Amino acid sequence: MTSLTINGQNVDVEVEGDTPLLWVIRDHLGMTGTKFGCGVAACGACTVLLDGQPLRSCVMPVSAVTGQAITTIEGLSNGEQLHPVQQAWIDFQVPQCGYCQSGMILSTVVLLKSNPQPSDEEINASVTNVCRCGTYSRVRDAIHSLAELNTAETGAELGTEIGAENGELTS
Amino acid sequence: MNEPTNKGRRRFMIAAGVAGAGLAVGSWWVYRKRNMLLVPDALTASQGESIFNAWLKIDTNGRIIVQVPRQEMGQGISTALPMLVAEELGCDFSDVDFEQAPIASVYGNAAVLGEGAPFRADDDSWIAEFTRLTQFKVGRVLGLQLTGGSSSVRDAWEPMRNAGATARVMLIAAAARRLDVPESECTVEKSQVVHEKSDRRVSFGSVAAEAAALKMPTQVTLKDRSAFQILGTSQARLDIPEKVDGSAMFGIDARPDGMVYAAIRHSPVFGGGITQVDSSTAGDMPGVRAVLELPGTSMTNAAVVVVAEHYWQAKKALEAVSVEWQDGPNGGHDTTEQRARYTQLLKSEKGRTYDSAGDIEPIFAEAAGTKVLSQNYFAPYLAHATMEPMNCTAVIRADDSAEVWVGNQMPPAVRSVLARGAEIEPDKITVNTPYLGGGFGRRAEMDVVMQAGQIATQLRDTPVQLIWSREEDMQHGQYRPMGSATMRAAFASNGDFEAFDSKVVGQSCSYSLISRLMPGMESNLMKDRTSAEGIFDLPYAVPNRRVSHILAEEPIPVGFWRSVGYSHNAFFAEAFIDECAEAAGKDPYAFRHHLLSHSPRHQKVLALAAEKAGWETPTPDGLGRGIALVESFGSIVAEVAEVELQDGQVHVRRVTCAVDCGFALNPDTVKAQIESAVIYGLTAALYGEITIKAGRVQQSNFPDYEMIKLAQAPNIEVHIIESGIEHLGGIGEPGTPPIAPAVANAVYALTGKRVRELPIRL
Repeated sequence: MTSLTINGQNVDVEVEGDTPLLWVIRDHLGMTGTKFGCGVAACGACTVLLDGQPLRSCVMPVSAVTGQAITTIEGLSNGEQLHPVQQAWIDFQVPQCGYCQSGMILSTVVLLKSNPQPSDEEINASVTNVCRCGTYSRVRDAIHSLAELNTAETGAELGTEIGAENGELTS
Repeated sequence: MNEPTNKGRRRFMIAAGVAGAGLAVGSWWVYRKRNMLLVPDALTASQGESIFNAWLKIDTNGRIIVQVPRQEMGQGISTALPMLVAEELGCDFSDVDFEQAPIASVYGNAAVLGEGAPFRADDDSWIAEFTRLTQFKVGRVLGLQLTGGSSSVRDAWEPMRNAGATARVMLIAAAARRLDVPESECTVEKSQVVHEKSDRRVSFGSVAAEAAALKMPTQVTLKDRSAFQILGTSQARLDIPEKVDGSAMFGIDARPDGMVYAAIRHSPVFGGGITQVDSSTAGDMPGVRAVLELPGTSMTNAAVVVVAEHYWQAKKALEAVSVEWQDGPNGGHDTTEQRARYTQLLKSEKGRTYDSAGDIEPIFAEAAGTKVLSQNYFAPYLAHATMEPMNCTAVIRADDSAEVWVGNQMPPAVRSVLARGAEIEPDKITVNTPYLGGGFGRRAEMDVVMQAGQIATQLRDTPVQLIWSREEDMQHGQYRPMGSATMRAAFASNGDFEAFDSKVVGQSCSYSLISRLMPGMESNLMKDRTSAEGIFDLPYAVPNRRVSHILAEEPIPVGFWRSVGYSHNAFFAEAFIDECAEAAGKDPYAFRHHLLSHSPRHQKVLALAAEKAGWETPTPDGLGRGIALVESFGSIVAEVAEVELQDGQVHVRRVTCAVDCGFALNPDTVKAQIESAVIYGLTAALYGEITIKAGRVQQSNFPDYEMIKLAQAPNIEVHIIESGIEHLGGIGEPGTPPIAPAVANAVYALTGKRVRELPIRL
């Protein structure tokens, strides 16, 4: 039995310990927002947050993440209240097929938490997810708009929201 | 000038072939006017919903539910098509929802076939028009519910606006009756029927049931462009909210009760077989339900499958299965040798002519020497690499009914292929088409459906989800064809462009697809338009020309890849046109502009891209600019690429695009599609190459089949020209063809080195 903390909830799963976290989330826990893309940590579709850091869950054995706070795309919003990154994704009409966007959004959440006003180079270095529909220019525009929001007046709000995903959410 | 006769005869044969197909079905049946609003049996209403016609339901709460018979793969079709209905209905767009339409012939895509005939867009000869009409009508009869060819909006343009307009008339009639006022005094506004005189309003929802019961009007008047309130404005996509919170359902997210998973390994060689399978270890591994051998079919290679309770168990057990493969006849296939064969064919074969004017040979003979330019070009096989790997979920029940969940571009084909794979009746199969995690043509293929049927039939009553690994996906695709070309041009002594000769060699996508879907039905009697598109329909005025194609027979499956033939042919043509400009001593922009004097629409697109890119301003040091223009799928796109070198690699900084798709129905989606198409084409131009050695695809996953990411993505600007609804064109694909030549031409401007093969390597 493996104990996990996902989106603020503790769950026990009957699973072989070498099973990648991705498949535990998708198959055992039935949360399908985290996607399988390559299986070799190359595309980022399977990105989740592990103690607030981005993790490519397709290569991480589930036995290695017990006791750590895991956040998936399903745990990012606060009930009906979307996370600012999700809202920006709607405002900029970012997703196309949408398959990579859970990972893209979570990578952005982490970037903006550690670096509220990233430069283009910093964005390039942090958000390395593959999007086959090529939504990159909108991803960049959305991140810059969030960085602008992240000024002295509104920074507190965004900071709180981004901080909230760090294992503190309950569903 | 024997050209018109040849052309006439050739075209007659094409038309005769198509018409013959039409006559075989019965000409009255093919050509009769069809009622595109007739409600099919398959369309059902839930509690509170009233069905107005094939396209529209309204419920008592006023939700307007539009049937979308095309599949959403990110192109925004589940918003664009409802906009057509909403415009004529007179509703508030925020009241609109969409549903994936059921399978029914009324939803067939006729435009995709009508546009598929091998005629230039500007060819309005009776033969061309008759063939288009016949193919269009055949498309309606066949009920080809296909999403492809950037055709969805063009196909739906009339029927879906009619659907909205007739429902509006019915809603007004019912509301007028209720208010006891003449219909002529009523109007619609924001999902309400308004009687201004008495200042009363009736909501669509409250009158929907009565309205839907009325007789459908046979004649309605559609709005003029000037009256549009929704069409032509940017509407937020209806599918986006569920794509930011993880709730959007893709095929791979299907979770029917009791589902098990299947992992698959194919014969590494196309057309290979299985000699022996040792599953003794795998069979005892945790969760394993079955180890199966799947025989190869017309659309699949032989494969071994492990079914287990969880996917990871299936995948691990599959690794423990030891398989002795039989390479079969293609075990020696090698793309380097194939390329050499192509080079030879270009020298030895004439090929079939797709377009000709004048007699080019004497011109080339006379201009021989300094006034003839001849170059060779090459483009490799490409994989689609959709983000969502191939997968299909199916259950065959004990009573021989079945249900399938699969992201696909052709639901009726899913039904018939599953019926074949599982040996059951098509009408007992329910097809669910969730969102597609990328399509690009790959999901018009039915391989994974055939396999799901083969597996499910051996595990009755148990839903099975078959998931291909990325490696299987990369190595068992239906690839964008490899192509080689020889392009020649002859110039008069004053530098005028006098003759153009193009010969391309490659496989036929259509032939290959038909041989998979309907083996034995493939025929090269009719030319595959896609083999020569992008060259035979070049918009430039060249007085004497010949465009031909040599059909290559190779054992590698090829298929429709975003923009299809244009994806390589436009590169050959537009890279060559740049060389012609230089040979003629002209600026690449000015040269093209001059050759487009007969078409102000093309000139305007070219000029806008050049102007917005600052073509006339000097290029800063370290930068190169290149331009290309391609008309495809009814739309004209020009792109200017600005490139620099970073660590010796080509980096594209900026791409300026101008697009004339006639009318931009949802302008933000038009921009998004061009942005997307540029990145898709740029990935191919800079990185894309599938090679085969010893019959095996050498690439396997994103580390060796690279993708553009944020760091390599250029700034993309899109400028839209509206030339009128009569020029309505497609938008999912036309942005892809110009990018490779624009970048290649920019690389030349920067480095002085011509790029004549893809991917671009310095």
